[in-house]
Amino acid sequence: MPNAIPIIEIVFYLFSGVATLAALGVITSRNPVYSVLFLVLTFFSSACIWLLLEAEFLAITLVLVYVGAVMVLFLFVVMMLDINLTKLKSGFASYLPVGILVAIAMAAQLFILIWATGAGSQVLEYGDADGSNTRMLGELLYTEYLYPFEIAGLILLVAIVAAISLTHRRRPETKYQDPSRQVKVNRDERVRLVKMDAEED
Amino acid sequence: MILSELQLALPEIFVATMACVVLVADLFVTEQRRGFTHTLAVLALVFAAIITLRVMMPVGESLLAFSETFVRDRFGDVLKLFAYLVLAGVFVYAKHFLRAAGLFRGEFYSLSLFALLGVMIMVSAASMLTLYLGLELLALSSYALVALNRDSASGSEAAMKYFILGSLASGILLYGISLIYGATGSIQLGQISDALAAGMSDNLMLSFGLAFMVVGIAFKLGAVPFHMWLPDVYQGAPAAVTLLISSLPKLGYLALAIRLLADGMGNMHDDWQAMLAVLAALSLILGNVVAIAQTNIKRMLAYSTISHVGFVLLGILAASPAGYSAAMFYTIVYSMMSAGAFAVIILLSGNGVEAENLDDFKGLAKRSPWYALMMLMIMFSLAGIPVFVGFFAKWQVIAAAIQSGFVGLSVLAVVTAVIGAFYYLRVVKLMYFDEPDNAAPVTAPIDFRAVLSVNGLAMLGLGVFSGGLIGVCVRAFA
Repeated sequence: MPNAIPIIEIVFYLFSGVATLAALGVITSRNPVYSVLFLVLTFFSSACIWLLLEAEFLAITLVLVYVGAVMVLFLFVVMMLDINLTKLKSGFASYLPVGILVAIAMAAQLFILIWATGAGSQVLEYGDADGSNTRMLGELLYTEYLYPFEIAGLILLVAIVAAISLTHRRRPETKYQDPSRQVKVNRDERVRLVKMDAEED
Repeated sequence: MILSELQLALPEIFVATMACVVLVADLFVTEQRRGFTHTLAVLALVFAAIITLRVMMPVGESLLAFSETFVRDRFGDVLKLFAYLVLAGVFVYAKHFLRAAGLFRGEFYSLSLFALLGVMIMVSAASMLTLYLGLELLALSSYALVALNRDSASGSEAAMKYFILGSLASGILLYGISLIYGATGSIQLGQISDALAAGMSDNLMLSFGLAFMVVGIAFKLGAVPFHMWLPDVYQGAPAAVTLLISSLPKLGYLALAIRLLADGMGNMHDDWQAMLAVLAALSLILGNVVAIAQTNIKRMLAYSTISHVGFVLLGILAASPAGYSAAMFYTIVYSMMSAGAFAVIILLSGNGVEAENLDDFKGLAKRSPWYALMMLMIMFSLAGIPVFVGFFAKWQVIAAAIQSGFVGLSVLAVVTAVIGAFYYLRVVKLMYFDEPDNAAPVTAPIDFRAVLSVNGLAMLGLGVFSGGLIGVCVRAFA
């Protein structure tokens, strides 16, 4: 079939189209929560494009780390903060020239890069016979880089210990409730009987 | 003797495990019985020493493991043993202070053990990646330790300064490492050395990489002009933590410098010798002169550290086995002297108030003749007065530097050492010839007194019988 469009290209254009539209949605939607959700869609579509390139490890990492952790945090922050959108958008016209300039510069850089290297002229060799780079990475990490990998794990442990020991402490000046102590309270701690003489009218 | 890779790394594995055990065990210990955590941590160090001693590498032999990222050799074994010794001393000294200051918490012990692990990883690193990871493990633990007293403003300030400048230094070092990786195509120190020997030492990228690397090392060591963080951190941190960061990490930084410069970039010694010479000269002058103006003893000892760093650099820049072993001897001796000096500060600190002013030492000889004598020996040793071990450390370094042809720098070192003797002797004068402001007797637990006495007497003992320790250091580079 010489003139048939390969299925892979259809899928690629589908995902890149969704990614582009979602990216537009991020900057155009009025509600910041929608913006964040659009960004999630952008990341997800990009992850799918990576899957098409057989870079499944990067795709999984993008979904797990960015969609699963970073964007959820973003969503929390956006929902908790009361963001005044009209104030944010007030300077739009004055920033526009600079924005366009930066956009043109970025586009020009991309075109020069593609023009200079020639699109698709470089195909990096990677992957073993079954093309699984997750497996290759895993093998490298647990054989050749085992020792540095374990040390990196210890560094993360120290970071956790340090963060907790620096933030988790009893501060006498803060007021807080301790339900278990509230429940355990008995009558003598709260009620005091005072003997008084009967008053005469 | 055939050893598996895991057997070679057994000391590291054991210390990592014990750091986690101490971390978890401390959760089940009540406030009153926290001494258990202390005992557990000290026992961990004793067993780590036994494990290391059981498989000491023979002189001149080295074994690579874990795809050439880890090396076990005599130099590493000796430094590790002294790291255990110094940390054990620090634990005994610190307990007294932490109790009084209300900082007696399990994290001090687990974080210190992790810092020790960082030092051990650096000491036996055979690749720039492991060196860097060890450095970060040590640095992260130290930042947290400096901020141990969260309610003290000066402590938090010191931790912030330490953190920001430390990260900057790590970034610079990493940048140098990446440039050298780009130029030689390897992060394994042996392969870098081979690539340089094959003749590419006129590469501009290599020179830039080397310069960044030297700046990174100088930052970590606290050599002038990269010393600004040191006095503030020493002064702001709780005395027990200053005690730790002034002694233990120096062993790791020495290994960092020797592994990177001597093992990896040995063929470029002409380039780094000139850089180190400038750093050493500036450190010797500034450290010794500015220390005279200090009234805070922690600050004074910080500037004294800077001047001693100058001496260590003088040993390294000799770029000969004699120079490296002299630098190693100097660093080991310095970590002990520094620990002893801060121990006396802790001894005089009562009820959580640190005795950080020079005036607090007034008339110590009348309050407690024995401790005054210990402090006198430590100060004499720091000043480099003959018979005490500090003199032989300086002697070795200067001899090695002269052998390599750095006569002018050696003369400068001697002159600045004489200037430096002034502020050490001032402490002695305050202790022996001034009247005490308060006559309260000095008290300390028995273990503290015993370790301090051994530490002080060791300054004399190691000096009189200095041949033994010098021999150990010389054989490490045979």
